[in-house]
Amino acid sequence: MGKLVFKRPESLQKTPTHYCPGCSHGIIHRLVAEVIDELGVREKTIGIAPVGCAVFAYNYFNCDMQEAAHGRGPAVATGVKRVLPRATVFTYQGDGDLASIGLAEVIHAAMRGEKITVIFVNNAIYGMTGGQMAPTTLVNQKTTTTPTGRLEEYFGKPLKIAEMLSTVETPSYIARVSVFTPKEILRAKKAVKKAFETQEKGLGFSLVEFLAACPTNWNLPPVEALKWIEKNMVPYYPLGEFKVPEKF
Amino acid sequence: MPEKFLMKGNEALAEAAIRAGCRYFFGYPITPQNEIPEYMAKHLPEVGGVYVQAESEVAAINMVYGAAGAGARVMTSSSSPGISLKQEGISYLAGAELPCVIVNMVRGGPGLGGIQPAQSDYFQVTRGGGHGDYRLIVLGPDSVQEIVDITFLSFELADKYRIPVLILGDGLLGQMMEPVEFPDISVEKPAKPWATTGMKDRPQNIIKSLHLDPLELERHNLKLQKKYSEISDNEQRMELFMCEDADLFIVAYGTTARIAKSVVVRAREEGIAAGLIRPISLWPFPNKAFEKIIDRAKVFLTLEMSCGQMIEDVKLTVNGRVPVVFYGRTGGIVPKFRDVLEKLRQLDRSDWHG
Repeated sequence: MGKLVFKRPESLQKTPTHYCPGCSHGIIHRLVAEVIDELGVREKTIGIAPVGCAVFAYNYFNCDMQEAAHGRGPAVATGVKRVLPRATVFTYQGDGDLASIGLAEVIHAAMRGEKITVIFVNNAIYGMTGGQMAPTTLVNQKTTTTPTGRLEEYFGKPLKIAEMLSTVETPSYIARVSVFTPKEILRAKKAVKKAFETQEKGLGFSLVEFLAACPTNWNLPPVEALKWIEKNMVPYYPLGEFKVPEKF
Repeated sequence: MPEKFLMKGNEALAEAAIRAGCRYFFGYPITPQNEIPEYMAKHLPEVGGVYVQAESEVAAINMVYGAAGAGARVMTSSSSPGISLKQEGISYLAGAELPCVIVNMVRGGPGLGGIQPAQSDYFQVTRGGGHGDYRLIVLGPDSVQEIVDITFLSFELADKYRIPVLILGDGLLGQMMEPVEFPDISVEKPAKPWATTGMKDRPQNIIKSLHLDPLELERHNLKLQKKYSEISDNEQRMELFMCEDADLFIVAYGTTARIAKSVVVRAREEGIAAGLIRPISLWPFPNKAFEKIIDRAKVFLTLEMSCGQMIEDVKLTVNGRVPVVFYGRTGGIVPKFRDVLEKLRQLDRSDWHG
């Protein structure tokens, strides 16, 4: 008999995902699920699914789920958490959802110090709708709505969400991580764990921004897409912890 | 004898909501309904409840969605421009079949409009308001006491049918003070096994309105329609005022119904056989009430603080059998007693069968 060294986390359902080959959502789902398992909070967890590629997250996470309107995840999570203060509540949101249409909701949830965890997946593009410009699209990056590349004089420079939320005075945990190498994946998991622990300890709001790959809409093979993150995204979106609650 | 309180409509509504078991309120300031969030901010913590001031009406209604999905009795309130902002969330609440109570203390529109009382959101609230095939239960009280009674009823109906219920008042009803009594009843909150409370010892619960398979979405919509049809059968509410031998009927709800009552009383003194049909449920529209009196009706006069919105439901109900005419003021102006009376006298002098 061999020894079982790798298995599906209990917090993931036995459902194949609809994500494209090389998409980072699968890895990020798994990291979140592993952390929920390790903290032993699955039976009191309520996840909030976004609008975007991860809209079916409720079919993949094995915990109670609510599907929010586009960008409204942090508001929905606020409603859940205020009713169930001992529950573990997380939102899972893309960059169109969180950094564009839902910017007010996430900033104010952070300001109020809502004890929720936000998993923010930044792949610099609108994935589900077919590769349009996002507020996080890099300058000169080609998308279907910036066919010659994002021009700074027309559309400005991309938003740095982790840095922006770090300016909110209310205590919180804010980190940016990525998944382009196994080493980065391990670092990312530590950040996700700290984020959920921030919530469990009642220390405040927590957000982990992932720099993620979208090979389909970047027109790159999966391995090249991971290199693209390291080469193009990381210099503009530095990795690391931006804010840690004092009492952590 | 039950205790009587002299209260503003907005405050009475908030107190009734707390007594009806509402423990969560998500609001955003807008005139003329600010007394509701202010009352909730002060009094919800006294009963272990939570008041959150949201960053926008959009966020507030989505907080309602989260709280309703977690199984709570929850409410939000606003006024016309704010209710327009909530429509996205209201559509999601209807799609996900989440019970909640939404209050609209209507002010004049369109756009930023004004802050004086109006009834110009009738189309919006009785036709769903947001996108998709859905309805809300819409209740329109005409006094502070009825605001209290309807608030209790709204939470009950919301839970019973898993539907958002909208209380349609206006700036006048919200601001005026009248004596009220609160019913001495024990509130029963039904179990909500569908709520997302953590999946301990049961399968996963999902709150959602997405059905990408068109057949599945059609099934879902037909299920909603079945529920609306049941509500239409069971929940029509109206008052028939001096209608017994009337042949000339005013149709009015809320503030304008108060004026209509005075007009009907005076018209009777002048020998005019006037009566008032006062819809209390605006959706479902109380069309059954019309069937009782339509055979002797000469004319219906709909009286509204709008350019004529409820008149469309009156016409749909009457279906060409009897003339339906309109009188109204708009922009925040309340129709005057003497103008409505004069309109009624004119109608009485007309030969409707000539």
